[in-house]
Amino acid sequence: MLLGDIMRILEAEPLSQEINFDVDLLSAFAADLMSDVLALARPGTLMITGLTNIQIVRTASMVDMPAVVFVRGKKPPRETIELAEKLGIPFIMTSKTMFETCGVLYQAGIKPIRCLDR
Amino acid sequence: MKSLSRQEPFVIQREVKPLDFLSAGETASDFKETLKSLGIIPEICRKASIVTYEAEMNAVIHGGGGVIAMELSGDRITIVAKDEGPGIENVSLAMQEGYSTAPDFIREMGFGAGMGLPNIKKYSDELEIETEPGKGMTLRAVIYLRD
Ligand SMILES: Nc1ncnc2c1ncn2[C@@H]1O[C@H](COP(=O)(O)OP(=O)(O)OP(=O)(O)O)[C@@H](O)[C@H]1O
Ligand SMILES: [Mg+2]
Repeated sequence: MLLGDIMRILEAEPLSQEINFDVDLLSAFAADLMSDVLALARPGTLMITGLTNIQIVRTASMVDMPAVVFVRGKKPPRETIELAEKLGIPFIMTSKTMFETCGVLYQAGIKPIRCLDR
Repeated sequence: MKSLSRQEPFVIQREVKPLDFLSAGETASDFKETLKSLGIIPEICRKASIVTYEAEMNAVIHGGGGVIAMELSGDRITIVAKDEGPGIENVSLAMQEGYSTAPDFIREMGFGAGMGLPNIKKYSDELEIETEPGKGMTLRAVIYLRD
């Protein structure tokens, strides 16, 4: 599903200056634990998180996650957005809760990642 | 792969500062960009950057800062993280998923799940940890360029 469609479903607003709405996302992973993201997330996966510190950008970048959604209308600090722009990772924000964000995306056909080794 | 024909081993290293969360991760990003520019395939770049990032965060959070180095030679990438912090009393305990001594303010940032060392093990082909309590630790992780 394209990032633009995800934004429409989540009624999300862009946080980075330049957003590529055509980024294609097949799956999503929701977490407030970055080590879980690092352990399990696959490239091409959308990150859904309630945290906003700069290490969220680093984590997404290490795993090759192409976009990040912040839930509950939490706006990240400036350094987070600046690094996201520098690394070219689109950041969007929705006022929906983590649960609703996951729920609507799942309903729209976004897949969970597979944890084959657990 | 371009890198396999290289004769001289390629080495870079960076210093990381204790509890500097704004800069933490720069080393891993830097190594990843370097590997990409050397033509290493994305899956290997990803493994190396996750290993570096977890080791870097550990040096920043637990190790009182340190030095992280990456060597690319022949068929492997070797990542060495060295610090002179408190070291680890019981390495096999620290290697267990969920074991963490991270304080609350670290947990609030999304770290301290006790998953870092297990992640390093998961994404590397060889792993050695040398540590002496009170003197620091050296972590050496190897990632093969081919399976
Ligand atoms: N460089 C280090 N110096 C001293 N102790 C360390 C170092 N690295 C790890 N440890 C010890 O090993 C424990 C487990 O490390 P690990 O990276 O697996 O988890 P964590 O850092 O606590 O949490 P996470 O990595 O999930 O954010 C740490 O809590 C700490 O007690
Ligand atoms: Mg750790």
